[in-house]
Amino acid sequence: MMELIRKRLAEPGGWLRLAVVATVPAALGAAFVFAAGWLSPGRLTPATFMHTFLVTSGAQPGFRRNHAKGVCVTGWFDGNVETASFSRAALFTSMRSPVVGRFALAGGMPYQDDTPGTVRSLALRIMPAHGGEWRMGINDIPVFPAPDAATFNALLLASWPDSRTGKPDPTRMAAFLVQHPETKRALALISSRRLTSGFADDTYNSLDSFTFVNAQGIATPVRWAMVPEQKDHPPAPQEKGPDYLFNDLITAIGQGALHWHLIVTLGNPGDPTADPALPWSGPHRQLDAGTLTLTAAQSEDGGPCTGITYDPLVLPDGIAPSDDPIPAARSAVYSRSFTLRSGEIKPASAITPADVNPGAQ
Amino acid sequence: MPPVPRFPLFARLLHWLMAAMILTMLFIGIFMVTSVGPAYQRLVDIHRPLGICILLLAVIRLLNRFMMRAPSLPDTLPLPLQRIAHASHIVLYTLMIGMPLIGWAMLSAGDYPVTMWNGIALPPILPHDPVLFAFLRGLHTWLAFALFATILAHLSAALLHGLILRDGVWQTMALRWNPAKRRDAG
Ligand code: HEM
Ligand code: HEM
Repeated sequence: MMELIRKRLAEPGGWLRLAVVATVPAALGAAFVFAAGWLSPGRLTPATFMHTFLVTSGAQPGFRRNHAKGVCVTGWFDGNVETASFSRAALFTSMRSPVVGRFALAGGMPYQDDTPGTVRSLALRIMPAHGGEWRMGINDIPVFPAPDAATFNALLLASWPDSRTGKPDPTRMAAFLVQHPETKRALALISSRRLTSGFADDTYNSLDSFTFVNAQGIATPVRWAMVPEQKDHPPAPQEKGPDYLFNDLITAIGQGALHWHLIVTLGNPGDPTADPALPWSGPHRQLDAGTLTLTAAQSEDGGPCTGITYDPLVLPDGIAPSDDPIPAARSAVYSRSFTLRSGEIKPASAITPADVNPGAQ
Repeated sequence: MPPVPRFPLFARLLHWLMAAMILTMLFIGIFMVTSVGPAYQRLVDIHRPLGICILLLAVIRLLNRFMMRAPSLPDTLPLPLQRIAHASHIVLYTLMIGMPLIGWAMLSAGDYPVTMWNGIALPPILPHDPVLFAFLRGLHTWLAFALFATILAHLSAALLHGLILRDGVWQTMALRWNPAKRRDAG
């Protein structure tokens, strides 16, 4: 065969043909390396966010890279059939869908102390019997502090405590806010929100915009909130211990089921769907799309909310993404976080099974 | 029986269709996991059903491969190279079927719905197991690299046959049958 190759190369154009043989695969390989981003270290990727959370929260193997401190909850969702005129999602038919949820505090530190002002979250996985699962992660703030993923990444780096001093660096943050007036406006709304006493009497907002699609294919932009039936109270005036928010939740759920209403806000023409840092202002039509009932809490350790991720793009037919850029970023980053933490050995969570169920241990 | 001059038309059509699909999948896959833009969601939505299409076609193709007579490699090719070529084809078939199965299996183990389109989802093929999810998710990456490397080697060899050796091997899989090239062989 080598003989034949030598003969071919001696022919006119032989070396040119060999160059083609070498160039085509090399070009394909180079295109692959380029697509993989190995030649563009500045590209914002899920790995960038993993690095950001590592810098801001330290290595926390086995834990969610954000909203690391949490507990699982279970219950069900009863959809309101009248919502069907806006969304054909199966969970709005009258059947009851089981729910696995998770209450958490924002931030990547799994052992941070509970404080009244820390952003609280509720994640839900609603599972109708015949498919059409809906996952969401919603927060108790009125708007998201960043209009896009790059700004959020920069905000995390600018606002998190310096690892040496343990305090946010005011000059770093001030410089960031000068460059990002939209974040400055959003943070003003966030810091002036009315705080409640705990998880049970709090309202959680989608922040992101999505689209309801009905059986006729008519699309409506929406945002939504889980609004508590529990009467709200102001935050307790005195210090209550490092895990008081979670302990209060566990006590409340032990005393009886907790309820929230899924209040869907229908977008008006011109509402800023593409920017979760901007509120929808003015009068809006709202629907009570169903009732969430939570009846039990479990520790993350061995609980049903740990081995999944609340990917906001796990949507049923009848609920679709919008032009909001954040859900796609979240989906990509949550997948990475979920993959990494699922392959790591996790130490015990702050809220252990003994904390949730003292008698049973 | 006289030797088979080339692969039957159906096999050649499947070969080139799947070559395009698999390369597309590799590029979509590697790009989407390093993107946090709206493209991520659009590409994942294509990646899952396109991968399952590849699985179906690969099964048809493998059955077809067992049922047909394939052309043999020319004697001019040294035996060790023939063995390597043969082994690389087994690797390609294995990964063509393995990659989509792992994609489906890892989403099952991660308790994700395996959504195809319009809310239609495939049933899980593994029980929910996050540790298994993490393992399979890593395997999906490493075997994708292995698949791409094997495809590059396969393509290099094919081009060497077609442009330099001109021993008729390229023509066995080419879509256009060019007898002039064939006479040139040897
Ligand atoms: C680009 C923007 C964002 C990034 C990079 C980000 C990042 C993350 C990460 C890495 C996790 C852990 C996921 C896991 O391991 O399962 C997480 C959890 C969470 N995020 Fe985000 N997030 C973003 C935006 C948002 C927004 C806009 C909301 C609210 C509307 C939100 C609400 C939540 C909630 C509620 C959780 C906790 C889910 C749970 O309890 O399991 N995030 N986020
Ligand atoms: C021939 C078939 C397939 C090929 C060549 C392929 C290739 C790839 C590649 C190259 C990646 C990027 C890996 C990385 O760098 O981490 C990827 C990721 C992925 N693939 Fe596939 N894949 C195939 C089939 C499937 C199927 C059938 C499914 C699901 C039904 C699937 C689901 C996924 C998912 C969910 C990801 C990761 C998304 C993320 O973590 O953000 N793949 N695939």
